[in-house]
Amino acid sequence: MAKITFIASNGSSKIAEGFGGSLMELAVSHGIQGIDGDCGGVCSCATCHVHVAPGDMEKTGPASDIEKDMLELADGADEFSRLCCQIQVSDALDGIQLRVAK
Amino acid sequence: MTSPEMKSLSSPNQTCVVIGASHAGVSFAFALRKEGWQGGIVLIDQDPDLPYHRPPLSKSYLANPGNGLSLLKAQESYEKEQIQLKLGIKVTTLDRESKALRLSDGNVLSYDKLVFATGARAWMPQLNGMEPGMPLFTLRNAGDMRRIQQRVGQSTSKRALIVGGGFIGLELAASFRKMGLAVAVMEREERVLSRVTAPELSSYFEKLHRSQGVEVLLGQEVKAIRPSKNGLQVSIMDNLSIEADLLVFGVGIRVNSELAEQTGLDATGGIAVDGQCRTADKHIYAIGDCTLHYNPYYERHLRLESVQNAVDQAKTAAAALMGKPEVYDALPWFWSDQYDLKLQMVGLSQGYDHSVLRREGEHSFSLWYFKEGRLLAVDAVNVPKAYVWGTKYLKERTALDSEKVGDPTIDYSSFAFSPTPHLNLPK
Ligand SMILES: Cc1cc2nc3c(=O)[nH]c(=O)nc-3n(C[C@H](O)[C@H](O)[C@H](O)COP(=O)(O)OP(=O)(O)OC[C@H]3O[C@@H](n4cnc5c(N)ncnc54)[C@H](O)[C@@H]3O)c2cc1C
Ligand code: FES
Repeated sequence: MAKITFIASNGSSKIAEGFGGSLMELAVSHGIQGIDGDCGGVCSCATCHVHVAPGDMEKTGPASDIEKDMLELADGADEFSRLCCQIQVSDALDGIQLRVAK
Repeated sequence: MTSPEMKSLSSPNQTCVVIGASHAGVSFAFALRKEGWQGGIVLIDQDPDLPYHRPPLSKSYLANPGNGLSLLKAQESYEKEQIQLKLGIKVTTLDRESKALRLSDGNVLSYDKLVFATGARAWMPQLNGMEPGMPLFTLRNAGDMRRIQQRVGQSTSKRALIVGGGFIGLELAASFRKMGLAVAVMEREERVLSRVTAPELSSYFEKLHRSQGVEVLLGQEVKAIRPSKNGLQVSIMDNLSIEADLLVFGVGIRVNSELAEQTGLDATGGIAVDGQCRTADKHIYAIGDCTLHYNPYYERHLRLESVQNAVDQAKTAAAALMGKPEVYDALPWFWSDQYDLKLQMVGLSQGYDHSVLRREGEHSFSLWYFKEGRLLAVDAVNVPKAYVWGTKYLKERTALDSEKVGDPTIDYSSFAFSPTPHLNLPK
């Protein structure tokens, strides 16, 4: 099990416990504001953009090439940006913090 | 401060009823709450499943039956936002005068505002020899998909025939191959994807499917169907016939516009709406696949079948209903995943007079469509970069130098015409 903290754009935070699936699915199933997941998690819509807390980047790993391309022109993208549908929930992610992109 | 008008729009005693709880209807319900609607919201759908993503029906769901459907929203989210879901119930009649709906469970429901998010249904052509009980299918909802899965499970020779070489047909072919079936795709036109892409892309997809073992039959039509030992014997042109355990049609849709039509709303080719998704009845809106709307970018009326259009019109309609007149002018985008391939499309290529191929590798390239020098659309295969830059150029209406677009040594950021040298440069 992994406990993931999502910080919404209005500053409110919510802890979600995940066992499997992607972080996007976890966010949607916990009603996290700002994570829409319009394409259903196939890296085509960029509506699941989050900023990983700098110290947690090691756990999530960097964005893949496809993700980087999709994020190239996304609002506010930075070196901590990920499309969270591309991150699978695993025990290794326990305790990470994600800030939902505006 | 809310104006008196706004207040009356969001009185707690009012009810907004949405017919159709799929991409459009569900996005609308949540957007309306977010806009501040204080009244009731009722979402009705004849489909009994908790609303789910539809694109994976022909893609990941089909080949991975164990994974279940991915939900548009968690069940608790509807409760939290006080959105009442009525699933497995059909709206059978509409009375605009008394603002009431009759439901298949016998109940009558009154509305103050009504939204058509009724989408479309798959079309099954009537063919010679068709009989009830034959393994003939279409694919539009989870029930259809389960029936197909079940038939595949029971089939003995594991042969599938798909009629229609559009996106759904080709995605199905890829999924069936993944499930280990022998697959033939039959298309009436001389190329696959003829309605939506340029010949270059059609021939790429045709080759791709052939290389994956799919039999692609072009310029072919079903003449007749007969029952056979394993399922069906399908006669096609040139006295040929094909044996199949199942046949799936991917030959287009019919808009669910009967309720609107029956009450005199304009619904030829889709329920007619204005730039704010309003019908001619000021209490009724329509969104998603069921609408015929004007697209300011392409300067024509369109009916689109895409998640993008469903979600964006939902937001426009919610804002309009709350008195914020935002005009719908979203740029269309679409995707299709087949095998390991990612196709992303932005804009609409119909009517192009010139296209430019930009090749990055054997299986990664993009097509840029122009009309009278203006960029209309970009189709990108395995190059999300082309898709995102295409989106930016389309949104900003940047004039592009098509020679640069076609030159893979020139970066995506540098497609605009070089600034013309100015004659009277200041000293
Ligand atoms: C197999 C498949 C693959 C697809 N792939 C993609 C893709 O890759 N990318 C993409 O962008 N789009 C794709 N699409 C298209 C996308 O799914 C649609 O554009 C989208 O679902 C439209 O949403 P909608 O809410 O407008 O309509 P629909 O999804 O059609 O929903 C309409 C709902 O209204 C209900 N309804 C209608 N009439 C009544 C009534 N009288 N009473 C009660 N309920 C009623 C129906 O049951 C239905 O659930 C795909 C579609 C299919 C079928
Ligand atoms: S859900 Fe669409 S890119 Fe992640």
